[in-house]
Amino acid sequence: MQPDWIMGLIGGLVIGLAAAVYLLGNGRIMGASGIIGGVIDGSGRSNRDERLWFLGGLIAAPTLLALVVGAPDTHVTPDLAVLVAAGLLVGVGTRIGNGCTSGHGVCGISRLSLRGIVATVFYILAGGLTITLFRHVLGVI
Amino acid sequence: MKNLVALLAGSLFGIGLFLSGMTDTAKVQGWLDVFGAWDPTLAFVMGGAMLPMAVAWRLTRRMRPVTGGSFPPAPLPEVDRKLVIGSVLFGMGWGLAGLCPGPALASLSYGGLGGLVFAVSMGTGMWLAPGLRARLDRAVPAE
Repeated sequence: MQPDWIMGLIGGLVIGLAAAVYLLGNGRIMGASGIIGGVIDGSGRSNRDERLWFLGGLIAAPTLLALVVGAPDTHVTPDLAVLVAAGLLVGVGTRIGNGCTSGHGVCGISRLSLRGIVATVFYILAGGLTITLFRHVLGVI
Repeated sequence: MKNLVALLAGSLFGIGLFLSGMTDTAKVQGWLDVFGAWDPTLAFVMGGAMLPMAVAWRLTRRMRPVTGGSFPPAPLPEVDRKLVIGSVLFGMGWGLAGLCPGPALASLSYGGLGGLVFAVSMGTGMWLAPGLRARLDRAVPAE
């Protein structure tokens, strides 16, 4: 396997290509939380099929890849309470903040959107402070 | 046709997340953990992803979407309370588990029970969000 940063760059280029295909093909911003959230809360009713096809590909392609080359380790914490809390925070936060790493980060910053940049600064700072507190100060994750 | 484009984009997104290592929560938490074993991989992923998108945004000036319709409007200029509050909550969850919405779904088939618990919990949060958003608006009315 290549060094991590090279795989990161290659994977990143493919993610950017995906976002470019979605933008130039359908005129839509590839934000994972918006696409999922619109299906869940019904706000994306008008283009529900398109969202479901996107999510189908997002789940199926890595599944096929994992069958061919083997699944990478995800190192997901076994602490279910942490996972429930984290999932709720990510679900609520991305919908109130109107975006996540893909929408605000990849799609927003690449067009120099102030909101995308501000959101990204805040979620990275919050993530950094959270892991510092919970890992190094409290020692619980 | 729109569905086909969506399937292609979703598949590429999933392949990119798989290849980049971003479905590994240790790598994501490694990026956020500046006082631990800091891992810069995420910066390369984000940087790599912005290159095709920077080109794509330029192309939107001189074409229309291939399947019809129009491109998204220019980004809103104002930074509001919800953007900041939401992003902070998201960042807290992201730091706790090392998962965000894209990778959570991309790794659904190989993330085990923990990955599934996170995804269901995230979906629940998204389902609760409109009510909480309305409550936030009532509690602190927009200026």
